[in-house]
Order: sequence, then C-alpha cells, then structure tokens
Amino acid sequence: MSDPQEHTHIDSVGTYVKILLALLVATGVTTAVSRLDLGAFNTVVALSIASAKMLLVALFFMHIRHSNKLTKLVVVGGLLWLAILLLLTMTDFATRGIIGVPGK
Amino acid sequence: MADHAHTETLALRVQFDTEAQQKDASTLGMWIFLITEIMFFGGMFAVYTVYRNWYPEVFAIASSSLNEVIGALNTGVLLLSSFTMVMAVRAGQLGQRKAIVMFLILTLLFGGIFLGVKAYEWNEKFEEHHIPGQAAFHLEGVAPGDQGHAQLFFSIYFAMTGLHALHMVIGVGILLTLIVQANKGRFSASYYTPVDVAGLYWHFVDVIWIFLFPLLYLIDRHLGK
Repeated sequence: MSDPQEHTHIDSVGTYVKILLALLVATGVTTAVSRLDLGAFNTVVALSIASAKMLLVALFFMHIRHSNKLTKLVVVGGLLWLAILLLLTMTDFATRGIIGVPGK
Repeated sequence: MADHAHTETLALRVQFDTEAQQKDASTLGMWIFLITEIMFFGGMFAVYTVYRNWYPEVFAIASSSLNEVIGALNTGVLLLSSFTMVMAVRAGQLGQRKAIVMFLILTLLFGGIFLGVKAYEWNEKFEEHHIPGQAAFHLEGVAPGDQGHAQLFFSIYFAMTGLHALHMVIGVGILLTLIVQANKGRFSASYYTPVDVAGLYWHFVDVIWIFLFPLLYLIDRHLGK
C-alpha cells in the first residue's frame, strides 16, 4: 500500500470546469434535439447523451478514473446487474404478442 | 507498521494497516451502497420502460405537457451543485478547511434551488389537474378511454421525481451535518472521507436525474405538440 499523498490524485480546477461546461452543453443539446423528428432515434439520441453525461460524472466527479481495480469492477458489475434487470424484463414484455398462447 | 493501540486517528482506525487501506474500504463500501440504489431505481426504470412501450402515444402527449425549459434549467442547477460538490472534495484533498465549508454551502444552495423549482413544478400539476387519482384528472389531447394511461404516466412521474427529491432531501441533511463538522475543523488533507463519500452520493443522485430528465420531459416532443 502506498502512502495517502501518493494515493490521491488531485484534478485541476480547469478539468472540473471543462467537465461542467460539457455537461451543461449536453443538457442544452438533448433538449434542442428532442424537438426534431428523428423517428425511433429520438430515444436513442436522448439515451446516448444521458449515458455520455453519466460517464463524465462517474469518471471525473466520482473519481472512477483514479479508483482502484476492485472499485471499478464493483461499478461495472452493478451496471451489469441493472442490464440483466432491464433486458430480461423486456424479453418478456416485448415478445408477448409474437407467439399466440394455446387455448386462449 | 504503526503502533495502532497508541496512534489511532480519524484517518487510521485500529482495524486498518494504512490510511490508504482505510480510505479504499470507505470508497468501496459507499459504491456497494450505491449499487443497491441503482437496483432500487432500476426497478422503477423497468416499470417506466414497460409502460412507455405499451402506451407510446399517450406517454408522448403527457411528457410534452411538462415544461422542458424549466426541466433543462433545473438540470443545469443540479449539475452546478455536482461541480461545487467535487470542488468541496478537492478542497478536502488539499486540506483547505475554509474552502470545504464554502463549497459545501454552495452545493446546499444549488440543491435547495433544485428542490424549490421541483416544488413549483409539482404545484403546477395540481393546478392543471394532472394528479393521478384526482377525480378531476384530465389531460388535454388524450381520448377519454386513454385518460387512465395518462394517469399512469403521471404516477410514474411523481414516483420517480418524488423518490429522487427524497434522496436530495436526505442529501441536504448530510450536507448540513458536513458543514457543521467542516466548520469545526474536523477535516484535513489526511482525513476528508465523509466529504468524499457524501460527494459520491450527491453525484449518484445527479446521475439519476440525468436519466430522468430526458425520459420524463423529452419523449417524442415533436409528436405531442
């Protein structure tokens, strides 16, 4: 184990300001884009921008960039469980109408 | 290795070998808690996904009845509060005690503004008769037979934004505690863990809103109008 000073990475104020500006711009863009008709891609664009914002917050503001491997593994593992929750739920609800139920 | 029994400090409790080990344990513990929170909110996002897929047109109309400009500005306020929070953590890393207090107070201020705007938006729903369960519930542009589906959207809207706001209120309590402690000079460059993990919590609540904003306010706006 290293000593705490060596262990702590201190980001510059400039880095945080840039991340904040990027997040504010992304909020403006996602609001503006929602008024355009992109068909099914409206949702894709909105979620992509939201995911990009989440990554910026997690990597910089939540210091995942400088976290140890165990913490990174736990975070990725958590997102994996969330994906299982959402995807497996939708495999049911999205496919209910495809095959008829015998006897119904 | 230090003689633990005689040198226990806030930054190095007896059960840890080094300060770095103690800090890693705190960070990991907070992340495990946040994962449980992700799963907790995840269930609600699953509910949202299912019903939006079932009633896309009604959800588009209901979503468009929300004021997206206020929503976007409030998102900005919350992002600003995340920025001041991370600056408070940075002040902790540098051991700048006055800066910790100042940035925590700014975070509290922006968090308070967010909650105030949220209260204004909720009140607007009462005036517009957009409260699920209300006898007078009526959403313009939706057929009488689909009003129940519109109520479903607003049920999800209130449940999710309400749960998010509850987390913010808890965050405000945490911030107040930290401000008092920081003002007493409890934190230093070698020990600012409470500020650090409270920061993780605050940013997590921010991330939830980052997803709630487009999912609740920005669904197919071009269809709804």
